[in-house]
Amino acid sequence: MAETSHTQRKMNRTALACVGVVVGMVGLAYASVPLYDLFCKVTGFGGTPVARASNDTQATNRTISVRFDSNVAPGLNWRFAPETPAVTVKLGETTTVLYKVTNRGDKPTTGIATYNVQPDLAGTYFSKLECFCFTEQTLQPGETLESAVVFYVDPRLAEDPDVKDLSSITLSYTYFPSKGGKPVAETTSSTKTIAQ
Amino acid sequence: MAHAADAAHADHHDHLPSFWRRWFYSTNHKDIGTLYLIFGFTAGIVGGLLSIGMRLELQEPGLQFFSNPQAFNVFVTGHGLIMVFFMVMPTLIGGFGNWFIPIMIGAPDMAFPRMNNISFWLTVSAFGLMLCSLFVEGAPGSLGFGGGWTVYPPLATVGHPGPALDFGILALHLAGAASILGAINFITTILNMRAPGMTLHKMPLFAWAMLVTAFLLLLSLPVLAGAITMLLTDRNFGTTFFDPAGGGDPVLYQHLFWFFGHPEVYIMILPAFGIVSHIISTFSKKPIFGYLGMAYAMVAIGVVGFVVWAHHMYTVGLSLQTQAYFVFATMVIAVPTGVKIFSWIATMWGGSIRFTAAMQWAVGFVFLFTVGGVTGVVLANAPVDRYLHDTYYVVAHFHYVLSLGAVFVIFAGMYYWFPKITGYVMPEWIGKLHFWVAFIGSNVLFFPMHFLGLSGMPRRYADYPDAFAGWNMVSSIGAYVFFAGLFIFMFGVVYAFIRKERAAANPWGEGATTLEWTLSSPPPYHQFETLPRVVDTGH
Repeated sequence: MAETSHTQRKMNRTALACVGVVVGMVGLAYASVPLYDLFCKVTGFGGTPVARASNDTQATNRTISVRFDSNVAPGLNWRFAPETPAVTVKLGETTTVLYKVTNRGDKPTTGIATYNVQPDLAGTYFSKLECFCFTEQTLQPGETLESAVVFYVDPRLAEDPDVKDLSSITLSYTYFPSKGGKPVAETTSSTKTIAQ
Repeated sequence: MAHAADAAHADHHDHLPSFWRRWFYSTNHKDIGTLYLIFGFTAGIVGGLLSIGMRLELQEPGLQFFSNPQAFNVFVTGHGLIMVFFMVMPTLIGGFGNWFIPIMIGAPDMAFPRMNNISFWLTVSAFGLMLCSLFVEGAPGSLGFGGGWTVYPPLATVGHPGPALDFGILALHLAGAASILGAINFITTILNMRAPGMTLHKMPLFAWAMLVTAFLLLLSLPVLAGAITMLLTDRNFGTTFFDPAGGGDPVLYQHLFWFFGHPEVYIMILPAFGIVSHIISTFSKKPIFGYLGMAYAMVAIGVVGFVVWAHHMYTVGLSLQTQAYFVFATMVIAVPTGVKIFSWIATMWGGSIRFTAAMQWAVGFVFLFTVGGVTGVVLANAPVDRYLHDTYYVVAHFHYVLSLGAVFVIFAGMYYWFPKITGYVMPEWIGKLHFWVAFIGSNVLFFPMHFLGLSGMPRRYADYPDAFAGWNMVSSIGAYVFFAGLFIFMFGVVYAFIRKERAAANPWGEGATTLEWTLSSPPPYHQFETLPRVVDTGH
């Protein structure tokens, strides 16, 4: 009898350890969301521009062209454009570019912007000092807003064998309609014609 | 290798419970195994009919049967999910695993019989939800979810506002929970309930395969559960895990999905590796060549299987170094897999081979799995994959390893263990006829898909340019032949039950050395009241 209760205890321990593994893996799956985000922000992985507080680098003579792309997602009646399609900057030089966004609709609407850099590998070197992103913006009908992006391209780009010959980087911004925490099913019903 | 002491002794304990109690409240591992086998076969018929629908449509260019091409995509998705979660896994793991793991390691039953019952009925409920999902609205204006078994957002979020995918996600939750409970049961059973003298290194290879599979399930399924839960909350509760509008990233879903999805393909094939090892050893009348190498090759496949997932994602914009790593890691898997293939061949080498039905299916598996493995190495190359991504070449590849790999072993196992499970003999010619019909049918079905893929035909479309018409016609004819083979199998089962020729305890002779052949056919309702002792190291 002592033998069987001993086996039973061992079995319960094994099962409990397995349950622990399952709980741990679910936890890791969820932890991967902030970790992935952090990883992208730190390494510039997948074209995530790196946010920095100040420009500590020396401007060099090597120049690179930075193009600006702007998009508005379906469902938002806004006009969104940079003041200039492209600028040529020296590596390490701090540059400011203005984007202009106008609400062309007849209702006040709220949008939220997100950005990316192409090619993906240049994300590490595209350093932003100031930008507009991930904050909700409400525009009255006809209202126009100017937003500034302050950035520099890290001179270490010239030393990275993968991207040292790069002649241009594209910074792309997209304004999405703010869903205000509403589920997909409700927000898409308003854009059903587009979905079909 | 071992002998069971007085197994027949247990017979006098065999008073069976009533029909309802026996099959619905079942806690007996053999009964649950039988239920899983019947369930897996039924689900396989449903999944097979869906694929016949696809081949009917693709037989000729233009839209013949699907006036709404989205319905075709729903068939594709349903076929994939049903075959993976409700046919291969329940049959190999739930069916053969439940039936033979306790017997092979000399245990009276699974560690947690009641939990075993819960696993089975959760799987059935999950299948019910999956079927429901086919009949409710998915994409605007059409029924069912049509985004593929991978369920990528944004097609799975904004593309399908209807409840079809919610049903699908809940079905996967239940099926996943069932598999996790099953995996805990197998791990606990194998680690704690082996007969005295049976160390891990003396354990049959099928038990090794199931142990590795159970660990893969335990580590990968929770990640799928997490990913589809995020999808569910993105769809219904306004989170933005995968929605760039709120700072999320759809590529994160792909990483999470394939962190599960790649081990999942090994979950489907490792039990098959175990079964094939026993069949080849039995009918070559030799112990398996390189037992320890075989066992640890499976462990290696399991471990490396967790670090290769992004080879499914070469086209999402991974950096060159990342791609180079995943190419290399993926190719490393060919090494332990090669160890297994060559060990099977070495087992047959110089053996006195009997080509019974089970052996024909097993040898057919080794050949066809190798074909699928070779195209896998081709696809592992990122630059080649850039060209072949989402073409029929990929479809051909994974059907060679799964449909001609896992499914061939399911039938090999059925013909091998049929006398043990039912106690009746099925005439050998039935299994052999089925094999040749299936072998010819499946190759005619899937081999032309390589050509279609190489010439650029994309997956998951109901229609195609006329240039692809020829091989699609050939492929469809193969599908009908392959499906017709199932009727031979069904006839065989019915015929064996009508003929009632009793099977001996060990119908396969001295090559069959595992413990199930020391018991009567079918085994007593409760086996091993006195635990067998492993007296000889055998291997």
